[in-house]
Amino acid sequence: MVHSDDKTGNHPEPPTEDNSEPERIPVMQQILDNPFLLLFLGITIPAVFYVIWGIMEIVHIPIAK
Amino acid sequence: MATNEQYRICPATGLRIYRSAENLIKANAVVAVVFLAVGGLFGFMVAMTRWKAIHLLPAKWFYLVLTAHGLDVLVVWIIFFEMAVLYFASAVLLNCRLATPKLAWTGFALMLIGAVVTNIAVLQGGSSVMFTSYVPMRAAPHFYLGIILFAVGALIGCFIFLGTLIIAKQERTYKGSIPLVTFGALTAAIIAIFTIATGAIILIPTFLWSLGYISHIDPLVYRTIWWAFGHSSQQINVAAHISIWYLIAAVIFGAKPLSEKVSRFAFLLYILFLQLASAHHLLVDPGISSEWKIFNTSYAMYLAVLGSMIHGLTVPGSIEAAQRRKGYNNGLFEWLRKAPWGNPAFSGMFLSLILFGFLGGISGVVMGVEQINLIMHNTLYVPGHFHATVVAGTTLAFMAVTYLLIPLIFQRELILPGWARVQPYLFGLGAGGISVFMMGAGTLGVPRRHWDISMADAQLPYDFPGAANLMMGLNGMSAVLATLGGFIFIVVVVGSLLFGKRIAVGTTEAASGSGQPAASAVGRYGSAEAPAVPGTLAMVGVFFITFILYYFVNWKYLAEIWPLR
Repeated sequence: MVHSDDKTGNHPEPPTEDNSEPERIPVMQQILDNPFLLLFLGITIPAVFYVIWGIMEIVHIPIAK
Repeated sequence: MATNEQYRICPATGLRIYRSAENLIKANAVVAVVFLAVGGLFGFMVAMTRWKAIHLLPAKWFYLVLTAHGLDVLVVWIIFFEMAVLYFASAVLLNCRLATPKLAWTGFALMLIGAVVTNIAVLQGGSSVMFTSYVPMRAAPHFYLGIILFAVGALIGCFIFLGTLIIAKQERTYKGSIPLVTFGALTAAIIAIFTIATGAIILIPTFLWSLGYISHIDPLVYRTIWWAFGHSSQQINVAAHISIWYLIAAVIFGAKPLSEKVSRFAFLLYILFLQLASAHHLLVDPGISSEWKIFNTSYAMYLAVLGSMIHGLTVPGSIEAAQRRKGYNNGLFEWLRKAPWGNPAFSGMFLSLILFGFLGGISGVVMGVEQINLIMHNTLYVPGHFHATVVAGTTLAFMAVTYLLIPLIFQRELILPGWARVQPYLFGLGAGGISVFMMGAGTLGVPRRHWDISMADAQLPYDFPGAANLMMGLNGMSAVLATLGGFIFIVVVVGSLLFGKRIAVGTTEAASGSGQPAASAVGRYGSAEAPAVPGTLAMVGVFFITFILYYFVNWKYLAEIWPLR
């Protein structure tokens, strides 16, 4: 089980049965807690900036006559 | 959801270990070590050939062996071990069962078959195209097929890791956020998925080209996409071995990160930007603009470097904070002097951290500068850099954590503890020497892929300065040390698995599905409280001074060989 430690400025825990008042989870933590959003970002960014941009530049090289 | 799957509680850490995950961790780790032994032997032969006084192999064998060495250690050893890390960081650290263990075994089988098929293709002699396998060099079709099978198997492993995260969340085996080590493994898995996808994009057409179904593959397109696979595969390592640094610090010292948030942010920088560093292999290629090169290296890559520097501060900082809590407060470095340097898990991890940062990190940034890259592009400097990252960094970290896995997962005591104690030092010294001397030779212009650096059989032979030959000799001697360290590692690991005294098995019971607290700090979310880490800050200061000096030395060197008038 993973513990949260509020004294060290860490995130609030999600609501549990004995704690019905949910604390607001910061946006950044929500991003970091979402593995599929991270997977999307981790594939899209290099695909756009490295692969697609790079291939577009190569494709635009004029063919020698 | 309740499950009847069997698990045991590790008596040392309190971690719950499911049988299915445990068996997969064992299988992947064992195969990884076997390929490390094979690939390491090939590497030794390469180094002995590059050493002019020995020049071990004839040309044909040199390229064959170099191809096998690259594939076996840069891909097979590393990724098999990373599969073990993914299963450990998910099922074990999250106290949950593994998603679809049967499919995980299918993935394992595909990886094993792929690795064996590719090795056979290389050893048959018709596929000496080296790790990069640049077109229009054509290997045998089963060379590409083997890599594709291996990649599919690894991809299955990555998705099983993600599936296990879902199971853990659904079954509430943890609260809040996943532990930092698991988050690092998630980073590695995301980079691995991108890596494998790009590998498929380029290697499937190349496989069809080798069969004759496709007439032409553009070399520049191949190089661009292949490096998204080839370099990113090494970025998986970085994320994985840094997770292992945190793991070892937590297990040995009970160390908490200086700040969970900052460490997670550093991993996020990896997810977003680390793969873009692949561009530094193309910095002198025509046809791609400077805007693309500079954005991908000098802008985006630096954000990933920021992530590495954060880890370089927080990992030793977390150890210092833990040591100071135990009372090692005298001076700047009592915490470090009193660290367990005789424990190979710690010494291997700390050497990995130092060598990766000072050699691999600094040289990687310097090499990623478009102008400076001209000095060392396609020279031995490049293998010097990645031996610092992959051998001195990743391999040494993986060796270090193996010393923890043997009692934890294999439930065996280490044999030959004296040998194990010196092993990280021998291997670290050897790997560090290989890196430094190859980078030195590369700076003097020695090419990275040539069988005979004097090019004695060429129409236009070239005499390198005597210092280059000295560097190659020192590289050979360092390779002997590293090989000795690697040999001791294999003897200790295999010997411990076969003959090590069995450790008493922990409690085994049917899982109820409710999580149990892990005794180890590895599974906890939380930062060290108000840590003071002056020793670490002093080391960081030394790092920055070294970084700045080395950076400007290279600019000065560039100015000398490329004078501006």
